[in-house]
Amino acid sequence: MGKTYKISCAGFGGQGVMSMGQLLTYAGMEEGKEVTWVPSYGPEMRGGTANCSVTVSDEPIGSPVFDNGITTCIAMNVPSYRKYVDKVAPGGDLFINSSIIHDEVTRTDINVYKVPVNDIADELGNQKLVNIIMLGAVVEVTKIVSPETILHKAFLKLFGAGKAKLIPANEKALARGAEAVKDQIK
Amino acid sequence: MARVIMKGNEAIAKAAIVGGCRYFMGYPITPQNEIPEYLSRELPKVGGTFIQAESEVAAINMVYGAGASGARVMTSSSSPGIALKQEGIGYLVHGEVPAVIVSMMRGGPALGTIQPAQSDYFQAKYGGSNGDKHLPVLIPGNIQEAVDAVKYAFEMADHYRHPVIVCCDGLIGQMMEPVDFDHPVEIKSKQDPTEWALGCSKPGTRNFIYGISDDAPDCERRNIKNFEGKYAEMAATEARWEEYMIDDAEYAMVGYGTTARILRTAVQELRKEGIKIGLIRPKTAWPFPEAPFLNPNIKKFIVGEMSMGQMVEDVKLACGDKSKVAFYGRCGGMIPTPEEFIDYAKKVIGGAN
Amino acid sequence: MSTVIFKKPEGLSDRKLHYCPGCAHGIVHRLVAECVAELGQVDDAIITAPVGCSVFIPNYFNYDTIHCAHGRAPATATGIKRVHPDKLVITYQGDGDLASIGTAEIVHCAARGENITTVFINNGIYGMTGGQMAPTTLPGMKATTCQSGRDVKVNGNPIRVCEMLATLDGPVYIERVSVDSAPNVIKAKKAIKKALECQMKGLGYSFVEVVSSCPTNWGMTPVKAMEFVREKMIPYYPLGVYKDLTEEAK
Repeated sequence: MGKTYKISCAGFGGQGVMSMGQLLTYAGMEEGKEVTWVPSYGPEMRGGTANCSVTVSDEPIGSPVFDNGITTCIAMNVPSYRKYVDKVAPGGDLFINSSIIHDEVTRTDINVYKVPVNDIADELGNQKLVNIIMLGAVVEVTKIVSPETILHKAFLKLFGAGKAKLIPANEKALARGAEAVKDQIK
Repeated sequence: MARVIMKGNEAIAKAAIVGGCRYFMGYPITPQNEIPEYLSRELPKVGGTFIQAESEVAAINMVYGAGASGARVMTSSSSPGIALKQEGIGYLVHGEVPAVIVSMMRGGPALGTIQPAQSDYFQAKYGGSNGDKHLPVLIPGNIQEAVDAVKYAFEMADHYRHPVIVCCDGLIGQMMEPVDFDHPVEIKSKQDPTEWALGCSKPGTRNFIYGISDDAPDCERRNIKNFEGKYAEMAATEARWEEYMIDDAEYAMVGYGTTARILRTAVQELRKEGIKIGLIRPKTAWPFPEAPFLNPNIKKFIVGEMSMGQMVEDVKLACGDKSKVAFYGRCGGMIPTPEEFIDYAKKVIGGAN
Repeated sequence: MSTVIFKKPEGLSDRKLHYCPGCAHGIVHRLVAECVAELGQVDDAIITAPVGCSVFIPNYFNYDTIHCAHGRAPATATGIKRVHPDKLVITYQGDGDLASIGTAEIVHCAARGENITTVFINNGIYGMTGGQMAPTTLPGMKATTCQSGRDVKVNGNPIRVCEMLATLDGPVYIERVSVDSAPNVIKAKKAIKKALECQMKGLGYSFVEVVSSCPTNWGMTPVKAMEFVREKMIPYYPLGVYKDLTEEAK
């Protein structure tokens, strides 16, 4: 049996949570994997939090929705962290935006990675890059897809060739995210 | 063509264009808005026409006019909107007008919720318009199947001169996955529009789309012609289903749409525990596939739906033994998890032993 | 050898009309057919049948025809015209169909400026179903669902459709006519012809209301009914042009 990643991306609207999920989805397809992307939608989104569920698998995907059993959880804000921390599968990875989430993680059966994405984005001079910085950390740890696929294939597919000029800034963001978790990898 | 990733609603809209649709009339309603939005942008590029109608009622009656004029035409809506379209669907049937209607189901009754549901299986299959009829209903299981269903629905609509409904839970419209628009579908023969469509009649002849019969014998004659003719043909040839791990199965999960994907995951987990269980996934609500439910090896059909139980009635009719059918559903926009189905299946199977 | 001195216009079938004696549908059918024939459009005309007495229009017009759902003809005609912009598309509707159940469809069709023509028969009553109150039934006028006469406090007020549609930017030509007398029949024909010409020129939506009678459901002789049209209906529904954006009007 191949590997199946069940990825939850959650945060405030405006943190690029949906496009973070979509970049993983596109990159997964480009690397020949089966992929699905499921958004939350409607009033749930207008309340300020957004989330999407992404599955990247070596096999045909059954349920594209999952509640528990998250293998890769990305929490960009406090409400998302509190909603999802108990839904991560034992042995799974939890990525926390440590710039704004200061809760003490009590679970010991999961791997927690703290990424200060807002602080790094400040250093890079562009808060819009928080999702890409987080994505850099996620793929550095999980190897779900390669950062090159995200940058050179998924990014252009999702945002169009007109956004190619933004690639250098995003490349830097991916690298800074990866750098931030390097010494946290167990 | 390579696979591309698209949101289900946009893929359905694009499939319509690929399938030859050049006219779309609709009205905004969540969770299907990306369909009219996409077509308002893309149809004019291929010489087509998009109209945002003043109501669902007007939209389906515009569809009636365009379909009656020989065009490939589609409308889409969601549950309360499909309720409003029922009148027009009856006219499409009586007038023998081809059209494709996409139903992107959400929770109900009334405004209900905008989250995904399957509680309009009856609405699609039986409709709310008056009179004897059948409505062919395609119930795709993922975005690729939804694309193929839309393309094939136009073939069916033209072949039978009849409205065809593509019925999806809202999740299929909202999610994204890779899809191939070149995936072929069966091409069916179609009737010559000069023989029936408005504005297409040959000089000296006239075409007439009937909404009222001349008298009672005429009305009965029309119905019998349809039941012995195109409905019989559809019943004999259009039922579709897929089986998964059924060969040695003693139990079968049954479901359609996104629920079938969730059931498939449940089946995989139950198999790991040594339970001989498979999945029967109907791909048409009418005609409903009866053959897979005549399998004598199956002790229980465990039906799962995002509703309080609608397709389950068809399963009972098809297998002919209500005691062999069990049901678990969530509704109102709630999506069942594989774990819920696994727990329920174990209860049913435990009870059966 | 016999000489033909009067015949049906091309486009009207030989089928005997089912309308009651004194009903104006026959006159208006003929006027529509004459105009379509004189404009050379018999092979290109598509007429929609409403729900109401004129539901059997397909029996009388040899054009491509379609039965519409009650009040929905403007929507259905929109679909037809968008597929066949070069055809002459006419909706023929009564007052219950157009001004009651189909109010939304007529208003929005007019607002869109759909390039079609509507012929609206206003006789202030539901004929086909047996004389119920219509949206255009006059105050005080009796119907089977307002048997003491229409009380506007109970039943609401009649709708003047020409005036209402004339407030919209979409229509190009709106006129109210009658067929109560020979001169008015001639005026009615002119109006219908002009409306069809608007469509042929691609100018936009055109609308002709014909103030009409229903001797059977009004409980009058045909002659008395026409007198009622003159004395009661026309004062409430004044004849005339309500909108004209054609070149000759400027």
